[in-house]
Amino acid sequence: MAALFLTRRETGTVTILDLSGRISLGEGSALLRKTIRDLLENGQTKILLNLGDVNYIDSSGIGELVSGFTAVRGRDGELKLLNLTKKVNDLLQLTKLFTVFDVYTDEATAVRSYQ
Amino acid sequence: MTPEAKHLEVILDTHVESVNLAEEMCLRVAEAVGFSEDECYRIGMSVREGVINAFHYGNQEKPDKKIHLAVDLTQEKMVIHVMDEGKGFRLADVPDPLAEENLLSTSGRGIFLMKAFMDEFNVVSGRTGGAEVIMSKKIPALRNDSSNGNHGKSNSDTTPKQEA
Repeated sequence: MAALFLTRRETGTVTILDLSGRISLGEGSALLRKTIRDLLENGQTKILLNLGDVNYIDSSGIGELVSGFTAVRGRDGELKLLNLTKKVNDLLQLTKLFTVFDVYTDEATAVRSYQ
Repeated sequence: MTPEAKHLEVILDTHVESVNLAEEMCLRVAEAVGFSEDECYRIGMSVREGVINAFHYGNQEKPDKKIHLAVDLTQEKMVIHVMDEGKGFRLADVPDPLAEENLLSTSGRGIFLMKAFMDEFNVVSGRTGGAEVIMSKKIPALRNDSSNGNHGKSNSDTTPKQEA
């Protein structure tokens, strides 16, 4: 089972996390949780998750996305999603979370939306 | 697995790694039976959610408890049983994750996903006293064509055979 890999970059005041692999129970969910918590502790509250290479999310991973969303919102910030794969897109539609998250298909547009 | 195999049963430790093991085992069976890639994804996800449920809610992550996983192949369907050693629960008591007040809940979507991804789903009281999740999916050849006798496919050698 492929693990979750995560790299971080900044565009202006927005932190973009490029994720690949699986966000699932165990290390994948834990890594995402820790990364978001660390960003918030450093005062970074504009977070864009690029899920373009995430091919699998289970209920724990969904829970982690929601947890991140509420944690960032609790600091008056915004966590948004970019480049969903079909499977992840379908899962967010099925669980009605598409109505909760701001989802983008274009990075520049996503970044501009934080202004 | 051989075409003759009809029943698989394993006892898993209450450990995170058991979730991956269970998923991999059931995926291999599903692939051997001839389910499509998308159906395998749905079966794998459902097994994963069933075992997560047993690990977290049923066994309360207690290492002295076990998770019982069984797969039955009939001519018609693949049936998966996941049983924990907890106190059991009633489906009617599980909150609806699509309700407005639950949308931002960080848990509680596993049962919903299993119901959505499998053809049949139920929870009963298991022989251990815990919950037993029973879920199934129809074997693809039969679902696609049950009228022409040979199911219209060349994968009859992977279709499970009925016991004499």
